Amino acid sequence: MAKAAQPIMIDGVPLKERLAQAERRKKYIAFGMVLPLLIFVIVTFAIPIASMLFRSVDNPRMTELAPNLVQALNEWDGAELPSEEVFEVAFIDLTAAKEAGTLGRIATHLNYSLSGGRSLILKTKRKFKKIKSPPYREAMIKADKRWGDINTWGVLKKVSDRYTTRYFLNAVDRDFDNDGNIVEKPEEKQIYVTLFLRTLWISLLVTLLTLLIGYPIAYLISTQPPRIGNLLIIMVLLPFWTSLLVRTTSWIVLLQTQGVLNDIMVWLGIISEQGRLQMIFNLQGTLIAMTQILLPFMVLPMYSVMKTIPLYELRASQSLGANPFITFWRIFWPRSIPGIGAGGLLVFVLSVGYYITPALVGGSKGQMISNQIAFHMKSSLNWGLAAAMGSILLIAVLILYWLYDKVVGIDKMKLG
Amino acid sequence: MYQSNYRGWLGRLWHWVFLSLCSLIFLLLIGPLLVIIPLSFNADSYFTFSEGMLRLDPEAFSLKWYREILHTPNRPGSHGSEWASAAWTSLYIGICATLIATALGTVAAIGLSRPEMPYRRIIMAFLISPMIVPIIITAAGIFAYYSKYHLAYTDLGIILAHAVLGTPFVIIAVTATLTGFDTQYLRASYSLGARPIKTFARVVLPLTFPGIMTGALFAFVTSLDEIVVVIFLASEEQITLPRLIWSGIRQEITLTILAVATIMVTLSVLILISVELLRRRTERYLAPQSANRA
Repeated sequence: MAKAAQPIMIDGVPLKERLAQAERRKKYIAFGMVLPLLIFVIVTFAIPIASMLFRSVDNPRMTELAPNLVQALNEWDGAELPSEEVFEVAFIDLTAAKEAGTLGRIATHLNYSLSGGRSLILKTKRKFKKIKSPPYREAMIKADKRWGDINTWGVLKKVSDRYTTRYFLNAVDRDFDNDGNIVEKPEEKQIYVTLFLRTLWISLLVTLLTLLIGYPIAYLISTQPPRIGNLLIIMVLLPFWTSLLVRTTSWIVLLQTQGVLNDIMVWLGIISEQGRLQMIFNLQGTLIAMTQILLPFMVLPMYSVMKTIPLYELRASQSLGANPFITFWRIFWPRSIPGIGAGGLLVFVLSVGYYITPALVGGSKGQMISNQIAFHMKSSLNWGLAAAMGSILLIAVLILYWLYDKVVGIDKMKLG
Repeated sequence: MYQSNYRGWLGRLWHWVFLSLCSLIFLLLIGPLLVIIPLSFNADSYFTFSEGMLRLDPEAFSLKWYREILHTPNRPGSHGSEWASAAWTSLYIGICATLIATALGTVAAIGLSRPEMPYRRIIMAFLISPMIVPIIITAAGIFAYYSKYHLAYTDLGIILAHAVLGTPFVIIAVTATLTGFDTQYLRASYSLGARPIKTFARVVLPLTFPGIMTGALFAFVTSLDEIVVVIFLASEEQITLPRLIWSGIRQEITLTILAVATIMVTLSVLILISVELLRRRTERYLAPQSANRA
């Protein structure tokens, strides 16, 4: 069968091609509208975060402070004690660092991985004056016999690597020993795994609590006539629109030992004046405040799913003789499950990264992983470790975000 | 409306138990916000209701904490009240950030809503991510990176950071309005001879206006309430309202903070009312379609 002739436009171009052209043009226009924001978000948000997280594997210190030594160590095979040339380079670089005043930083850096590394460098520094001429190898070993230990050089080579996994190991309470094996840190220094687990535990509890107390009111709102439903939804939206700091402040006022709730309980005689409860600045404070603050994020997605459940089906079920519990269980509940998924995932994602509320009402027992990251960023200035912990947190959040997109769809996200 | 048809005293009892349970939950939602309002009029400097307040004795109430807001001395070198200048700083940063976020976000949302948009889902996910990424990671990254380009400790740095945090809200709000947008309007406008720019200004913009305003309000509130980026990025002199509240809570919480908080709750109520009115406006536009769905 002969193929039907393609329609040709008046200028001789086949119609099909013309249509494709028009489609392409529309595509470019749509993309062009998104492009400015895309560039803006990449430049002001994505690149900063990526470059920050890169610090978790980046290890430029030795390359900056003793570049020749790093190169010499790279060429050294590590099988036996380095040759005289490597010792010479080491001597020259360390002397240069001493004059530039950066030797202390090298010592500190080495000390992270080699116990006694700091004293080794500083002891050698004092004896450098005596070393006038080659052979440097013997002179340095004489200055400190640890220079004659191949293990020292192995660690030095390791800390000179351009990239390191040390920060990630530290973030899960592990470290390299002097032989380069991965070992657990001493028990009293193991804090981060516990903290990660506590963060997950708090988030899970907050998600369950918001679900437990959010579901009844979402149900109530969605089964009311619009006039009452709107009024109730406004009561959910008001805290949503109120400053997080203000809401946290009000919890401090309510829960502190001289606060409103304790006063009421003393007045009612439930507790004595001496028996005032410590309800805040601990884990409990974080839990209570976060649950209330995140409750709207649970109720709103559940409500927007529940309000699509046709009420006439509930009425039908009742008129067919089902009692309210069976009507709820057989008709309402199964259809509300997507709302639970949406709200639950949203609350969980948001609570895993919570910072402000735990910082203000958490005391020492109610701190989460974000607070530790802030501590390493601002106080201990161990940015590599902060970046490693941040990367782990971010990966967890991105997995949840991906799951949210799969289950709910990002375009379904609403602002009340 | 659906009225549960409870039978017997047990059913009625459950009905009332359920309603009181819900009232308690609403109390949990709103109560903490309401408690601070009367406390901020306390004539004493305690965080509890004095006996005078419970007796509604006028002597027990006072505006002194509100006067305190106006008279808290500023840092040396600048005049006026500490709170007032912090409010101005916040307002300035908030307005600039909102303008950037709204302009970029609105245009992008319109592009994203076009059916021809390529890689729509992944780009949308990326553009919404500032809302999802834990704020501490954002703040740390922005601080480390902006420092390199001399943007740390500047107003511009904070404005850019707040703008990027506000864009997801604009995108969500505007896309929500656009899902109900009838593309016939565009064709009508084109067929009547309007060029794309004019069509945008006279047809698209007015129809999506409620969404744009809602998004802008969200972006503004986000900036006005943002503290973590400010803690990292701001210099000693750049004191915003949240920063002042933050340091107040951390050092010693005073009733002045409750007075400020009360003003902010009032502000939230006003914003909430505007958003609610905007939402009704959108619904009115989309009324014919909603009618079809029902």
